[in-house]
Amino acid sequence: MDQLLFASEVFINGLMTGVMYSLVALGFVLIYKASGVFNYAQGVMALFAALTLVGIMDGQVPFAHLINAAFGTHLSHFSWTVTPILAILLTAAAMVLLAILIEKLVLKHLVGQEPIILFMATIGLAYFLEGLGDVMWGANIKTLDVGLPQGISDTVEQVTANWLGYGFFIDRLDIWATIIAALLVAALVAFSQYTKQGRAMRAVADDHQAALSVGISLQFIWIMVWSIAGFVALVAGIMWGTKSGVQFSLSLIALKALPVLMLGGFTSIPGAIVGGLIIGVGEKMFEFFIGPLVGGATENWFAYVLALIFLVFRPQGLFGERIIERV
Amino acid sequence: MTQVQANEGYITADGRQIGGVVMDLRDITLRFGGVEAIKKISFDIRQGEIRAIIGPNGAGKSSMLNVISGFYVPQEGEVWFKGEKRGPMKPYEVARLGIARTFQNIALFDGMTVLDNIMTGRLNKMTSGFFSQAIWWGRAEREEIANREQVEKIIDFLEIQNIRKTPVGRLPYGLKKRVELARALAAEPQILLLDEPMAGMNVEEKEDMSRFILDVNDEFGTTIALIEHDMGVVMDLSDRVVVMDYGRKIGDGTPDEVRNNQEVIDAYLGVAHD
Repeated sequence: MDQLLFASEVFINGLMTGVMYSLVALGFVLIYKASGVFNYAQGVMALFAALTLVGIMDGQVPFAHLINAAFGTHLSHFSWTVTPILAILLTAAAMVLLAILIEKLVLKHLVGQEPIILFMATIGLAYFLEGLGDVMWGANIKTLDVGLPQGISDTVEQVTANWLGYGFFIDRLDIWATIIAALLVAALVAFSQYTKQGRAMRAVADDHQAALSVGISLQFIWIMVWSIAGFVALVAGIMWGTKSGVQFSLSLIALKALPVLMLGGFTSIPGAIVGGLIIGVGEKMFEFFIGPLVGGATENWFAYVLALIFLVFRPQGLFGERIIERV
Repeated sequence: MTQVQANEGYITADGRQIGGVVMDLRDITLRFGGVEAIKKISFDIRQGEIRAIIGPNGAGKSSMLNVISGFYVPQEGEVWFKGEKRGPMKPYEVARLGIARTFQNIALFDGMTVLDNIMTGRLNKMTSGFFSQAIWWGRAEREEIANREQVEKIIDFLEIQNIRKTPVGRLPYGLKKRVELARALAAEPQILLLDEPMAGMNVEEKEDMSRFILDVNDEFGTTIALIEHDMGVVMDLSDRVVVMDYGRKIGDGTPDEVRNNQEVIDAYLGVAHD
């Protein structure tokens, strides 16, 4: 009985980790759907967003080191700090600005190029953003606290202890992350399925020329999509940053999004959610049941092996568009 | 033989009244590097007529259509639309002016259904706010319903009811061409540009398509400019024909006039054998 309860606790924790994976994967899906580009920089965008958010909240002077080195000043912080809500709005604005710059400086010049060229461009973008983040806000590890509740939820523990005689340990941050991610996903699905901008976005993903011929501005759609991807990155950055600090390794969560996408399909928003949940639950349960038999640490590779198996049997993923080819 | 007057309309052979000039192209020159694809071509398109552009391969017909739809910007010359000179425009801006087009090598959204494809043609007819659309509320709902009605009318008209929910990628070629026409029509265009609407079709499909083009012109009064290779089709369909060869205009007039133009016969139709 205890074993079963413990397993269900692991299951629930897996679901919540999965939601966090989905958040990152969503950013990839959005850009891939709208422009056929696999955006390698998505993880770094999450890092950059988190860095910017912390920087603004703490009233850090951007490029302080650079300015100090050039002019012999000793700048580090402004005399103010910014409330989390305002800082989040400012960071969102910064992500829109970033989207506009990306469109103007990179994408615009690569219209009609092969997807691999665009992919290479996003790799360049990833390294650029990584460097920019360091130069702007410094490379030290930062803590991020926007006021989200953290720590083990006493309520859940007490309620489950009274009911089942076994207290579940569930992090309050995970609960909040789940709620926020669910809202975000609902909003994104409604957006892409029911608004004219969403329909235009799907049209651009399919055929640039045809999209132009029905009066869709590619430039507008691209800026819009990269802005949304920036918001998603910001949300992911807040969640992961609060959980484990804002530092370079934050950008590596993008690697966990890869198996999620292979499972769910690169083109499906629901796919990113379900894929994330399967990976989250799968790796926790695998570690719980099989881990002890093979010496543990299975979480590092389980997701990739699962994705590999999927690639063999269902290359388009669970929800991806079927590859239709007329001969 | 019909005499085309400078600024008034004219009556076609089958008795339709054609209006004034909607689109006026003046001395258009288009170059790709050193190659002149179009050399100083001028012609006009009138309200309600079916205007054809013909010519051998590489004559510059598609380039001409791309100039009208804004995909190419000519180095010289002026494009006048509804009495106003059009500055250099992006293709999507031209589309918003009310000029819809189809492509020689079908450009549809393969992943979407036929219905969704046609709905994209009405994107610029939607004006309700972003949030009301997302939650399907108020004006957005009425608007979507009105748009759907219009689209269903076009679907009925082009006889594609039975494939409404089929993803376009699965359709055979002839039907794809028809869906592309439907999407262009959904925008309720002032001018409809068709780039080889009958290329690669069999006789029956060509007959269907010709009938649709005539019906569209008749029913909605849409002005149509089309490029076509099949001479028989062109002569039957169109009210006036522009003939191009090596980027030059070598003939312009009713099908009969063009048929009897010596330069056209030499360049394109070949010398007649009896």
